[in-house]
Amino acid sequence: MKTCLLVDDSRVIRKVARRILEDLGFEIAEASDGLEALAWCRAAMPDAILLDWNMPVMNGLEFLRTLRAEPGGDQPKVVFCTVESSPERIREALAAGAAEYIMKPFDGDIIAAKFAEAGLA
Amino acid sequence: MTPEDIQLIVALCKARAGLKIDPAKTYLMESSLAPLARREGYNSIEDLIAGLKLRREEPLIWAVVEAMTVNETAFFRDRAAFDQLRNEILPTLSRMRGPEPIRLWSAACATGQEAYSLAILAEEGHGLEPGTRIEIYGSDLSERCLEKAQAGVYTQFEVQRGLPIRQLVQHFEKVDENWRLSPRIRQRVRWRRINLAADLSAVGRFDVILCRNVLGSLDEGIRRRVLESLAAALPADGFLMLDAEASPQDLTDAFRPVSGRAGLFARNPSFRAAA
Repeated sequence: MKTCLLVDDSRVIRKVARRILEDLGFEIAEASDGLEALAWCRAAMPDAILLDWNMPVMNGLEFLRTLRAEPGGDQPKVVFCTVESSPERIREALAAGAAEYIMKPFDGDIIAAKFAEAGLA
Repeated sequence: MTPEDIQLIVALCKARAGLKIDPAKTYLMESSLAPLARREGYNSIEDLIAGLKLRREEPLIWAVVEAMTVNETAFFRDRAAFDQLRNEILPTLSRMRGPEPIRLWSAACATGQEAYSLAILAEEGHGLEPGTRIEIYGSDLSERCLEKAQAGVYTQFEVQRGLPIRQLVQHFEKVDENWRLSPRIRQRVRWRRINLAADLSAVGRFDVILCRNVLGSLDEGIRRRVLESLAAALPADGFLMLDAEASPQDLTDAFRPVSGRAGLFARNPSFRAAA
């Protein structure tokens, strides 16, 4: 079973996304900020990460840049899921190594389509 | 809605656009006609239909028929079909046509996402010979849909359905809360109002016709006629793209399925268009 780490400071968003991704066949872990997500990844790299941008402690972009600089070859596919929707922000995320990008609000179809686009389905 | 009102709508849709409307699905009729009634200034669907009977005005009749069409669409809907186009069909046609333009037709394009998906493929030019010219046509019965298509402006929800993020930032600009296609992509598509149930003999020749998710909504007799008209608009080496589960050979011998390619059909060599 593929694993997906949900990184979002909103418990409600994590709950909704968990249900959608479990239906897509993922085993889910959760983190509420970038630093906590980094600890998860250092313990065991997931196959996929659904990543919010604006979070306390460490935001999504800082997290992704740090993750991509980690030693070791097995890097997860990262799909941003955020209210940030300017083309500049999207380009920053892609340049940092995001595979896909979801602008909130989202639904199950959008997550499924974006995960398929990222080669995760 | 009264049974008489329902029959009137069913008959109008069939006569004008060949649409097959199930009279038992009253809720679908009501959910399609309620927004139109509001837009036209009527208090209810009953008032709208009374106005229709009283005035018999062509624009209102067509507005009713258009409201009953299904306009569900998305960018790169059914990814496999677009992969075939990008990786096989367009590169092959590009080699065969040389300087002659390749003509693509998105028939029943609704709000234009399918035609613009073709335009994005043409712009990106994957596997195409240098100098390849691709002409793209989008048509629909609905003027309202064509107006939206022509504007090339889509909501965040619409662009997230089927469009990879890299193509979004490459080919669109953000305008307030919406996304507008670049002028380069918009200029690649020409739009026309075409009723597939009408005479299509003057529609022109196309190398690939996409007519997906529409034939099922047409009356069976009309469907056969549409398929044969589309066959007549294709050259011998042209292709028709339908929904993956379509089987036009059940209705006409104009097409044969392309082996291993769901939804892709070639013109049958033995087919001769009616004079």
